[in-house]
Amino acid sequence: MIAIVDYGVGNLFSLKSSLAAIGAEAVVTGDADVLRKADKILLPGVGAFGDAADKLRATGLDAVIIDEARNGKPLMGICLGMQLLFDRGFEYGEHAGLGLIPGEVRPIAEVIPADYKIPHIGWNALCFTENKSPLFRYIKEGDCVYFVHSFYAANCADSVIANAEYGALLTAAVQRLNVCGCQFHPEKSGRVGLNILRAFCEEETIC
Amino acid sequence: MITKRIIPCLDVRDGRVVKGVNFQGLRDLSSPVELGKYYSDSGADELVFYDITASAEGRRLFTDVLTEVARTIFIPLTVGGGINALDDFDRVLKCGADKVSVNSGAIRDPNLIFEAAKRYGDQCVVLSADVKRVGGVFHVFAKGGREDTGMEAIAWIKKGVERGAGEIVLNSIDTDGVKQGFDLEMLDAVCNAVSVPVIASGGAGGIDDFVTLFKTLPKVDAGLAASIFHFGEVTIPDLKAALKENNIPVREV
Repeated sequence: MIAIVDYGVGNLFSLKSSLAAIGAEAVVTGDADVLRKADKILLPGVGAFGDAADKLRATGLDAVIIDEARNGKPLMGICLGMQLLFDRGFEYGEHAGLGLIPGEVRPIAEVIPADYKIPHIGWNALCFTENKSPLFRYIKEGDCVYFVHSFYAANCADSVIANAEYGALLTAAVQRLNVCGCQFHPEKSGRVGLNILRAFCEEETIC
Repeated sequence: MITKRIIPCLDVRDGRVVKGVNFQGLRDLSSPVELGKYYSDSGADELVFYDITASAEGRRLFTDVLTEVARTIFIPLTVGGGINALDDFDRVLKCGADKVSVNSGAIRDPNLIFEAAKRYGDQCVVLSADVKRVGGVFHVFAKGGREDTGMEAIAWIKKGVERGAGEIVLNSIDTDGVKQGFDLEMLDAVCNAVSVPVIASGGAGGIDDFVTLFKTLPKVDAGLAASIFHFGEVTIPDLKAALKENNIPVREV
């Protein structure tokens, strides 16, 4: 069973529907016991880093997620949920993240050319890094996924498994042992996105 | 490299797609779910559902089908029509919409854009503007293009972006339905005024019009059309193949 963490941030309808579409058993939950019993955890999120980090801490689920991840449970963060996996974020000030992946979340404005639009919205191609992650076993280099973001994960080269080219290479997906994340929205990325979720949900995938 | 988006727009009344559609192999030509799936499978990058219902009962039918669409189709969904208050945002977002398009509602209450952007994020709020030349000046029209507000369009759109609109749909009334191409002059003016994505609407008559659009105005992010897709005059795979041949980046499915 996959637990989708509900901490009052964003709309979980599409994520839940996409898991149903690939035949994965999923539950939307804010209950620590359910997270502990789940086989895998999905951490979604939209909005601002600081707000979301505060909300997650207010529920007390941050500690549970950190514990479970450190004990080896597969965890995937999506969009802002991926950003929260890092040490800290610089959106409206500096905020602490979950510290599960070394690195920080910074404005894309710092690295992209001035004439590029912010946010980075739309379908962009995935460029894999050297060792293809098992998360991508059902998709290929160059497949497009749907992005909406103004901040990106920086100083995390060791964990990057895919980038997207937007005037600069922006971190598109990361993985560090059993903890992974997508900056894009797999639940809004058509067949390609469903195939990434499928790879994550499969029993044998060591994320 | 970010790709150019192709967006079919479906008008929905009482939960059914209106404007006859003309596809082989679809069981129910007026089912938003079937048509949405058809477009999604053929490579549409996003779908816009425009609710033209007037009654409360029709609204309920619309949200029911929207829920079903969101359960079946996993690409971004934008909803427009009848968005007059934050409650309307809430109503459609809960049913699985990703973005909400405001038009007359924002003209009546410009603060709606600000309030919605603050609550749901800029990326969620699309400002749709129906614009027509009046005495050589771009005017914003309300009520589905029937009423001249007298407001100058570029200033209105800039103000909308300042208030938090994350994308602009520019529908040129002058070129809409004429099928002689998008309104490049009007689009250029808007692209130069704002730094958020701009979606071109109104005037597409064939594949060449999209090629011309993206070649002439590289700042335009997406092309939206209705009838040429619905009547099968242009299929999305053919359109994307032609764009690709012209070195315009598109998503392949």
